[in-house]
Amino acid sequence: MLEVLRKLGLPSVSASTQGPSIDNIISMVHWLMLVLFVGWGIFFIYTLLRFRESKNPKADYGGIKNHYSSYAEAGVALIEIALLFGFAFPIWASRINDVPQGPDTVQIRVIGQQFAWNIHYPGDDGVFGKTDVNLVNEQDNPIGIDRSDDFAKDDIWTINQLHIPVNTPVNILLSTKDVIHNFKLPELRVSQDAISGMQIPVWFEATMTSEEFLEQSVGTGREGKGFQIACAQLCGLGHSKMVGYMTVHDDEGYSNWLEEQKEYLLEEDEDDWGDDEW
Amino acid sequence: MEIPYGVKERPDTGLNNAKLGIWLFLASEVMLFGGLFSAYIFLRTGVDDWPMGSKYLDVKMATLNTLFLITSSVTMVMSWASLKLNDFKKFKLYAGSTLLLACGFLVIKYFEYSSKFSYSYYPSTDNFLGIYFTMTGLHVIHVIGGIAVIAFLLFPGAKMWETDPERFTSRIEVTGLYWHFVDLVWIFLFPVLYLL
Amino acid sequence: MSDNHTKETFFTKYIWSIDHKVIGIQYGITALLWLLVGFGLMMVMRYQLAYPDTQIPFIGWIFGEDKLLLPEKYNSLGAMHGTIMIFLGVVPLAFGAFGNYLVPLQIGAIDMAFPRLNAASYWTYFLGSIIMVVGFFVPGGAANSGWTSYPPLADVATAGQTVWLLGMVMLITSSLLGSVNIMVTVIQLRAEGMTWFRLPIFVWTQFITAFLLLLAFPPLEAAGILQLMDRLAGTSFFLPTGLVVSGEVLTNAGGGSPLLWQHLFWFLAHPEVYVLILPAFGIISEIIANNTRKPLSGYKSLVYAMTFLGFMSFVVWAHHMYLTGMGTTMGAFFQTTTMIISIPSVVILTALLLSLWGGSIRFNTPMLFALAFLPMFGIGGLTGLPLGLAAADIHLHDTYYVIGHFHYVVAPGTLFALFAGVYFWFPKVTGKSLNESLGKLHFYFSFIFMNGVFMPMFIQGLAGVSRRLADGGQAYAHAADVIYLNEIMSWSAWLLGMAQLFFIANVVLTLFKARTGEINPWNATTIDWTETTSPPLGHGNFEKIPVVYRGPYEYSVPGSKIDFTPQTEKG
Ligand code: HEA
Ligand code: HEA
Ligand code: CUA
Ligand SMILES: [Cu+2]
Repeated sequence: MLEVLRKLGLPSVSASTQGPSIDNIISMVHWLMLVLFVGWGIFFIYTLLRFRESKNPKADYGGIKNHYSSYAEAGVALIEIALLFGFAFPIWASRINDVPQGPDTVQIRVIGQQFAWNIHYPGDDGVFGKTDVNLVNEQDNPIGIDRSDDFAKDDIWTINQLHIPVNTPVNILLSTKDVIHNFKLPELRVSQDAISGMQIPVWFEATMTSEEFLEQSVGTGREGKGFQIACAQLCGLGHSKMVGYMTVHDDEGYSNWLEEQKEYLLEEDEDDWGDDEW
Repeated sequence: MEIPYGVKERPDTGLNNAKLGIWLFLASEVMLFGGLFSAYIFLRTGVDDWPMGSKYLDVKMATLNTLFLITSSVTMVMSWASLKLNDFKKFKLYAGSTLLLACGFLVIKYFEYSSKFSYSYYPSTDNFLGIYFTMTGLHVIHVIGGIAVIAFLLFPGAKMWETDPERFTSRIEVTGLYWHFVDLVWIFLFPVLYLL
Repeated sequence: MSDNHTKETFFTKYIWSIDHKVIGIQYGITALLWLLVGFGLMMVMRYQLAYPDTQIPFIGWIFGEDKLLLPEKYNSLGAMHGTIMIFLGVVPLAFGAFGNYLVPLQIGAIDMAFPRLNAASYWTYFLGSIIMVVGFFVPGGAANSGWTSYPPLADVATAGQTVWLLGMVMLITSSLLGSVNIMVTVIQLRAEGMTWFRLPIFVWTQFITAFLLLLAFPPLEAAGILQLMDRLAGTSFFLPTGLVVSGEVLTNAGGGSPLLWQHLFWFLAHPEVYVLILPAFGIISEIIANNTRKPLSGYKSLVYAMTFLGFMSFVVWAHHMYLTGMGTTMGAFFQTTTMIISIPSVVILTALLLSLWGGSIRFNTPMLFALAFLPMFGIGGLTGLPLGLAAADIHLHDTYYVIGHFHYVVAPGTLFALFAGVYFWFPKVTGKSLNESLGKLHFYFSFIFMNGVFMPMFIQGLAGVSRRLADGGQAYAHAADVIYLNEIMSWSAWLLGMAQLFFIANVVLTLFKARTGEINPWNATTIDWTETTSPPLGHGNFEKIPVVYRGPYEYSVPGSKIDFTPQTEKG
């Protein structure tokens, strides 16, 4: 079934630890749907042919008398119960409860806005600095980081560029500056609304680097395009253009990237410093 | 042909059309105010610092208003009972009192609202005042609706007493049911907004 | 209410008529026109989806000099397509038109319980629908935050949103009046002998629909009032503290929650989707019983399943909100209720399927639409299952999979049922039968192109392509492999539009034909066919108030000479 669904459009990679289990439940329900549809469909077509007026001019007042249909209905109910308890509840529970907290977890804040994704890294101290809506400046400080806060000094932010390490739990604290957005990583089977006024954790562990992914997608319609962050909730006129980019590095690549960002941050500071002197 | 059970009760349901209709209508009203009360709870539990009603509101005026409405509900019942006893004069008296009490309620509400405004307390000030104005405002609209109906039945509509007393009595009864509901909503609003 | 003797003028006969049949027809015509408008909007949108950012042909000038459907306009059309189809099209047609016209006839009543209220309900609907489209002409255009109107987006949207809310309040009022009326009529005005279990299934579905409308709409009205306050009085019921919109810090007091809206909205809108499907079940049941010439299998299980469906529909609403940060308890609750509610649907579908067994099936146009309804609803309903499991919904939420799911239930589902109903009862209403050949052409083409529009949506949805994208997914890499389908879907939609010409032509040509005045052309058993005077019917419906002696579907009763035994036949 999974293969069929992939032929039908389901992204052929499932590049996170939870991806396969989600694919699994999707394909199981589709089995149920297929069996029901085909079963009932065969009965339907057969009945139409057998009891058409020309073939069966006199209808039978009594109609069908056996109880197979009740068994079938009970069967559907049982399968649904099995799906719920065996798969749906556990997957959901792990998504909600198993938020990784360990020392190797990468914590990142993602803040949606019309129409971009702001990414906020805590920097070396691992603590997010203060932010304040009154400091928001769309050009220089879109999330309003308060650099006077000690924890904020080393914080890094980017727009539409999410960088994460592979095979490492990533915990994203999702929020929005304005209206509701939805943070969606189709290839990782990750999706979560960013609700105004709330900060919601969404976590995942990528199992494939961008490089590997790009190699895999050679020859498909999306050749040359890496992972993207989609916005899956109507958020205004720029909704369809709200694309973010995600790069999954190997460990080395990730630390290199972080170093790079730190250098930018220093340069930025020096700039400010220089301004003051003159 | 006449539509059956306009006044008489249908034996197997024990209701006439108008009475059943008003009960159903009130069921939907319960859902309307129920929706707003749920919104109130949702908003209140969603924040840490929900103000006490007494911070903004005048419990004394509201108590007086509660008395007004309860009394008006009683006079409403009396007016219907008078019709049942064939006493049209008493009906006028009681229905008139209901009308006056309802208007009294509005007058007091007017003073309450204007005192809020004079302190610059507006719906936009905070969500407590927002929900206060919305819920009591909607209730006031219901009161005004009730006043209009009672006034109609008391003056131009009262002619029907001569031609079709049974139907007229049924109309008063139905109006009464509506009015009790309006009263009941207030009895919920009062503690929820003013006291808790 | 005995206005029979007062002289009728044009005005009282056609405009302010209080006869349930005239009101039903008024509802019907208005709603059909709105369906056409709603579809028209979609055909324009489908152009933009197939050929993004190219000039709209023929009617491009409407959208300004550049002839482009800019994203904000696309969003307007989308929100209005949803609103118009549901609130101005399908509900008024299924409940207002069919319910009004048929319920009194089928239960043997001379009119609705409150005829004046009935007229008021129609005119409130009419006014509400006009207000809705006035939105197109205010600055910023019509509402553009989706038919779901989620705040904060809707709170900060252009003036069209206010108009939308006002229109909604009118439409809600109209529905409330209508539902009280239907419920009282069914409870009070059933003819002698018409016990609850002798009611045609159609009447049951209307009754349950009325119940849903009565109790589900008021919370949306409450929500609408709160949103109006947010927009007009500056409250912050749906606005939390500290939002920054377009670089400006919002100055409202804050402290509200956008989730409050979603709860109130879906508390209405989930029952609302059953409002869209229940009357369709009713119409289908009547037509299947009639054209198989045998009783429905499991009348009682149908009634119980539908009643259960009605009650359950109030406790599943948050399955639209799995991704709003729902915890495990709520998640488990709503997943379970959603799975539970799918069972009565399976029971209903199964009962209808089994009803075919042993029949002598006539394949006329109404029956074709009714038969096609079954597998089409099947596809729509079955694709609801993965959406109902939160884990699967993670990937499918707000994608075209959802769009495909619900269009299969409402378009080749409900719309087909409504078409079936129009073909079936047209002779009752006008005394003229619609042409069968045109009808069949209408059916076959509609069937093909409906699937052409909606089947590819599942593919796009599985690929994760979001709905409400003004460019059909151009900007997203994960859409690249499936984006070619947009063109196929759009062409299907336009051809689907062409197929409707058969229908419109059929209706128009038939109206010019002479009356045949046959009272019961389908040899049906229910009172609407057997006891009425010749169509079109006058005031009062019946010469003699009918008395009922038997169940609604006594077809091919053993020992009877003809293959149908009217409900009113003694013995
Ligand atoms: C008439 C309308 C209608 C109906 C009947 C349904 C029926 C169902 N719906 Fe649907 N739904 C909508 C209209 C409808 N829905 C709309 C409009 C939306 C989107 C709103 C929006 O966001 O804009 C939506 C969205 C929606 C969601 C939210 C998705 C998301 O946003 O992520 C969910 C999730 O649980 C859901 C579930 C279901 C389920 C489980 C059913 C079940 O009741 C279905 C049960 C039916 C069956 C199980 C079928 C039985 C069939 C057979 C046994 C086979 C027969 C076969 C043959 C004859 C061959 N629906
Ligand atoms: C009852 C509800 C209903 C119905 C019937 C339809 C019918 C159709 N819908 Fe609709 N649609 C919605 C409700 C409905 N839709 C909703 C709620 C949304 C979500 C909006 C949102 O995002 O907020 C949506 C969104 C939606 C989208 C997604 C847009 C997006 O996300 O960007 C698309 C895309 O193709 C679409 C297409 C169609 C098509 C092609 C039809 C066709 O099936 C239409 C077929 C119509 C007819 C066949 C008309 C027949 C009428 C006549 C022939 C009249 C004749 C008149 C006389 C004789 C007088 N719809
Ligand atoms: Cu952000 Cu859509
Ligand atoms: Cu639903």
